[in-house]
Amino acid sequence: MRGAGAINLPQATTVLAIKYQQGVVIAGDRRATEGFQIAERRIEKVFKIDEYSAMAIAGAAGPCIEMAKLFQVELEHYEKLEGVQLSCEGKANKLGQMVKANLPMVFQGLVVMPLYVGYDLKRAEGRIFKYDLAGGRYEESDYHAIGSGGKDARNTMREHFLKGLGEPDALKLALLALYNAADDDVGTGGPDLVRGIYPIAKIVNSTGITDISDQQIRGIYDGLIATRRS
Amino acid sequence: MPMPYYVSPEQMMQDKAEYAKKGIAKGRSIIAIEYVSGILLVAENPSASLYKISEIYDSIAFAGAGKYSEFENLRKAGIRHADLKGFMYSREDVTARSLANGYSQSLGTIFSQELKPLEVEILVVQVGHNGQPNEMYRISFDGSIIDERTFAVIGGKSEAVQALLKEKGLTQPPELQAALTVCQTSLEQIGNQKLSLESLEVAILDRTRGDGRKFRRLSPADTKQLLSS
Repeated sequence: MRGAGAINLPQATTVLAIKYQQGVVIAGDRRATEGFQIAERRIEKVFKIDEYSAMAIAGAAGPCIEMAKLFQVELEHYEKLEGVQLSCEGKANKLGQMVKANLPMVFQGLVVMPLYVGYDLKRAEGRIFKYDLAGGRYEESDYHAIGSGGKDARNTMREHFLKGLGEPDALKLALLALYNAADDDVGTGGPDLVRGIYPIAKIVNSTGITDISDQQIRGIYDGLIATRRS
Repeated sequence: MPMPYYVSPEQMMQDKAEYAKKGIAKGRSIIAIEYVSGILLVAENPSASLYKISEIYDSIAFAGAGKYSEFENLRKAGIRHADLKGFMYSREDVTARSLANGYSQSLGTIFSQELKPLEVEILVVQVGHNGQPNEMYRISFDGSIIDERTFAVIGGKSEAVQALLKEKGLTQPPELQAALTVCQTSLEQIGNQKLSLESLEVAILDRTRGDGRKFRRLSPADTKQLLSS
């Protein structure tokens, strides 16, 4: 994620989502950059949108956070007016329209690129949606990552992903992918052991959305780093 | 050319008020009552999908009696007002007081300027947290607004239900289960008939709920479980 006034389009960030047996894991790093400077070490790029969905964002921080906030309000507004929640598909389409509405701002350098995950109560499965800048909406069947480190994260996930992963394995894979992305991409922050800042991860399944505690993430990284230490 | 009849303003207002009151009294009653950890709303409602009680915002709920189409419009306007305000400023800046004022303004204007007044009576309640007291506002068809304590009743034979509740002499907010029983028996007594749990619409504003939104609907299964525990 980079601050306003960026000239190039790449978004310094890695956010990703992985499907597992009961739902989806969504995770993201904590770094925001302004050019070659670090603007923020503990920014949050993964947002709870409602009881059964979350989105992660890459792009210009201000518009990204505003889009997430507006999306939350839109879904809550619909639910209160109609008395029922929008369908998972309906929510994903709504977000597509919001991305499309932001297209003029993209030419000013203010990119907003979301990754959306939801638990579809009717199909009883987790779903992942990615977008293009023109509002195109594409469903991913297994996993996806966006941002400058997205490709590195996808490479890791491609090697280790299996259909029907358990929750602990999916979480571990998400954090490993983020770690490898931070290893190869300057725009992505790894776990900051000195300050105690760790990536954010959330789990979306039939019981709703759950935050993974810093402590649990720290435990996983301690194990991971121990195996890598030479 | 025939001369238009002269009708004095007093007469016109009185006629309008009578017309509106008649429409509201035709319906059934809705009770809002404070309980230990929030506010309970109970409506006699044979429909399981057309609601009279609704969530407006984090700690604010709405109930409407009278003509469905009319209070449904007011409900939607309230949600729009609250969501817009919460997005523009902050979630904590959305208050029942300002919402009730808005309702009072529009109902008052419609009553004095339109030919047909709205045949509705509405309730706007807000559960207080962090030691703040609850707020309950009853707004009538003519825009008059009443700040209620302990309990509030709208629609149907509201005055009779109110008197009955007063008789119970509630000094301390009861437990949820007791509050629900009080509401159910009061409605049964006034309507002179047994009410099944399926014919009650029940919702609570529960201040102990963790996340921002305190409103929760209780299904007949929930209320059954509550009453039998």
